[in-house]
Amino acid sequence: MVSSYRGYRAPQGMLSWALHRLTGLGVLLFLFLHIIDIFLVGYGPELFDELLFIYHHPAFVVGQLALIASVYYHAANGIRIIIVDFWSKGYKYESQLFYGAMAVFFLFFIPTAIIMLNALLNEL
Amino acid sequence: MSSNRVGREKPVGSNFELYSWYFFRISGIMLVFLAVIHVMVMHVFNTAFDIDYDFVAARWESPFWRMFDWLLLIMALTHGLNGARIAIDDYVQSAGWRVVGYSAILIALLIFGVMGTLAIVTFEPQ
Repeated sequence: MVSSYRGYRAPQGMLSWALHRLTGLGVLLFLFLHIIDIFLVGYGPELFDELLFIYHHPAFVVGQLALIASVYYHAANGIRIIIVDFWSKGYKYESQLFYGAMAVFFLFFIPTAIIMLNALLNEL
Repeated sequence: MSSNRVGREKPVGSNFELYSWYFFRISGIMLVFLAVIHVMVMHVFNTAFDIDYDFVAARWESPFWRMFDWLLLIMALTHGLNGARIAIDDYVQSAGWRVVGYSAILIALLIFGVMGTLAIVTFEPQ
């Protein structure tokens, strides 16, 4: 079944839409977890600092990279959507705007990922 | 609307969907700044290993960061749950399950909104 998709290239609009929804719902799920952990900060340093081992685990750091990639992609693609919505000539530059959004994404994500992986390596 | 456009069409005929459409874009622009600044402060200018109870306490000494975090909380929660609502509209066809889905969204809004607000507003360093 997968093989029937071989060589298929999703159109940009479809790809960016699917990624926008996937990253949006993913970040929402993390937001729930994040509200729970910050709620626990009210119970004092012992409990909160104890729980932080989760965020310092290498597997979770990789998860954070995926999370931050999602936030950056959703932000860059969201700006592209707003430009197409409100700029009357936007639809003529759809392809350029898509590549522009991806460029903005990589411009922010690559340095962030390098800094985060560096911090992890320093702790190991 | 022309078939040239790619985004979700600006809704007509329902005020709620129109406001939701505008709200997505306004909260989205705010979140570009709020969420990206938040990520950068936590993972670029500091690292995940600098963050602990004392870090949070020092940050929330400042009313500015409490206000910032609360605005981020409310915008992220409402923008995200509005997205979940649209996803339910797209994927859930049965009327009964839609009621279940919409209810879950309202309950999540209430519980996580209250939990987050309490955490930010009532925090006192020990």
